[in-house]
Amino acid sequence: MLEIKNLHASVEDKEILKGINLQVNPGEVHAIMGPNGSGKSTLASVIAGKEEFEVKKGSIALEGEDLEELAPEERAHKGIFLSFQYPVEIPGVSVTNFMRTAINESRKARGLEDMPANQMLKLIREKSEMLEIDRKFLSRSLNEGFSGGEKKRNEIFQMAMMEPKLAILDETDSGLDIDALRIVANGVNKLRGKENAIIVITHYQRLLEYIVPDFVHVLHDGKIVKSGTKELALELEDKGYDWIKQETVV
Amino acid sequence: MAYTEEELKKELETKEYEYGFYTDIESDTFPKGLSEDIVIAISQKKQEPEWMTEWRLEAFRIWKEMEEPEWANVKYEKPNFQEISYYSAPNKKPKYNSLDEVDPELLDTFKRLGISLDEQKKLAGVAVDIVMDSVSVATTFKKTLAEKGIIFCSISEAIKEHPELVKKYIGTVVPRKDNFYAALNSAVFSDGSFCYIPKGVRCPMELSTYFRINQAGTGQFERTLVIADEGSYVSYLEGCTAPSRDENQLHAAVVELIALDDAEIKYSTVQNWFPGDKDGNGGVFNFVTKRGICETNAKISWTQVETGSAVTWKYPSCVLKGDNSIGEFYSIAVTNNFQQADTGTKMIHLGKNTKSTIISKGISAGQSQNSYRGLVQVNSRAENARNFSQCDSLLMGNKCGAHTFPYIEAKNKSAQIEHEATTSKIGEDQIFYCNQRGIDTEKAIALIVNGFSKEVLNKLPMEFAVEAQKLLEISLEGSVG
Repeated sequence: MLEIKNLHASVEDKEILKGINLQVNPGEVHAIMGPNGSGKSTLASVIAGKEEFEVKKGSIALEGEDLEELAPEERAHKGIFLSFQYPVEIPGVSVTNFMRTAINESRKARGLEDMPANQMLKLIREKSEMLEIDRKFLSRSLNEGFSGGEKKRNEIFQMAMMEPKLAILDETDSGLDIDALRIVANGVNKLRGKENAIIVITHYQRLLEYIVPDFVHVLHDGKIVKSGTKELALELEDKGYDWIKQETVV
Repeated sequence: MAYTEEELKKELETKEYEYGFYTDIESDTFPKGLSEDIVIAISQKKQEPEWMTEWRLEAFRIWKEMEEPEWANVKYEKPNFQEISYYSAPNKKPKYNSLDEVDPELLDTFKRLGISLDEQKKLAGVAVDIVMDSVSVATTFKKTLAEKGIIFCSISEAIKEHPELVKKYIGTVVPRKDNFYAALNSAVFSDGSFCYIPKGVRCPMELSTYFRINQAGTGQFERTLVIADEGSYVSYLEGCTAPSRDENQLHAAVVELIALDDAEIKYSTVQNWFPGDKDGNGGVFNFVTKRGICETNAKISWTQVETGSAVTWKYPSCVLKGDNSIGEFYSIAVTNNFQQADTGTKMIHLGKNTKSTIISKGISAGQSQNSYRGLVQVNSRAENARNFSQCDSLLMGNKCGAHTFPYIEAKNKSAQIEHEATTSKIGEDQIFYCNQRGIDTEKAIALIVNGFSKEVLNKLPMEFAVEAQKLLEISLEGSVG
């Protein structure tokens, strides 16, 4: 589904990603771990097409199609979803209105009519129940005055609504207490399927107890330095990132 | 597609003013220049009674002694008042009894403006008075309204048919000597709308006036007078457009609202005069005096969406004369490219327990300057006056400016006055967030701007809210920084 080859990316001429190779197949969940500043969030932003990052070398392809020339919204239309580490506030725009616009824009890009209102309402009801979201919450302005946990839960709600092929969860666990973490993780697990894939970016192993990955990759200094199965995450938890750093030096 | 500021600015420059067409209608236009003779000629042309001619001449004499004000936060080349023609009217039949008699060219103009009179008729929601250049060309729904005793017609007609009402109220809220442009308007106003709602009557539909400047080198000076008698209610809409021309056109209107005891007037404007091109050439100078007076328990709400004009100078105000009267001002002012707007309100609290609310949303893009100027004045006898003001500014890019000039004068210790102000910028992060959800940049800006303006958009009547929303999108296409 997603194929990243020798990806180098910079921001303001500072190289952050220094040759990433990653293959994600449908149905898989990949975890990307690593210390602060290793390039995890940059990788997520580059896949989503954020302009401030410049791809210097290498390629990203989704289902065989090179993404380089595609604008962020076009990537979204193709089924890429990013759950933001720091979701932004849009005052005066309700969650519902935002989702309605997002879904209809994506449908328009695929040559479809707007989603009928009753279908939209049904979808909203279904997904909000799944994520234990109070529907009153959905008429509030997007992320304005939301707690950290509400913001993250709202991101996963949007993911559920958009039904992406590839979802990237950037530090979705940060700012969540254990109950919220459980709800969010349950939601994500329900969204796992044979047709879609998920990349979970996290600093801690904690989230991976709930969302069990098929593969774990360790990112350090812009490169994937170690890949393995879920046991790798436990090993990291035990030994800390210094272990990886030392190993790379050796 | 990259969203660097430079590229976005280029994108923004290419957007065009879609009402910039000129209709080839034969018109009767006066020679340029202003003198007592011209004032008399206008009055004669309109077959006005002598008292009106005299009223105009007195205004002209007052105006001659006045100087153009300079205190507003706008820069422009002052119009040469001798280079303007003060009267222009579509040439054919001056008055129409039904739409069938209207010049087809004119009807076509209205279609392009998006106001199909037929459709309006069918929808049966809005009665429209259309003022093209200087003359009111069509007033719809007259009969329906007449059954309730409501008078809705052009001001010229009102001067002839209802002189007692006009004589009693004209100039009582905005006196001729009020300011330079009000004096000018009083001398040369050519048409406008008149509306009278009798005691206890609730006007069953929205009343609407559509203004259009068509001829080159003409000024438009319309005069609107709305009188809501005791216990009555009316909602009034006003829309404006003009052709794209590279010279400046002058628009100096006066609107007077009179809300007698227990009456309510809701006055909404969507102003979309030609704003000038991307380099700041041309555009309408919009110097308007709008003021309403509230008697006991009366209420006046001004709602305005200002997207057009090269220079705007406009302060819809309320004189809260009667006890327990209420004044409201809800405004969205958008400036782009080289537009300049200095707009706001005055709330004058004279009566006891008077209340006023001001919500102002300014949106600036390009190299424009957007100023809010507001005065809240509490007179010494106005016990328990209350005011709440909120002024929010939204900036796009870093070459535009937003300014807030709030003036507060409280002469009574019981007054409660609150003022809140915020300034924010549409961030690239907000845009990227929307992009990532599949929403392109233009749509994202529209969404953000609509969200920002929501409190005011919600105050507009339904028919207008949709138009206003679209207008906001067009005015700001592609602008972000």
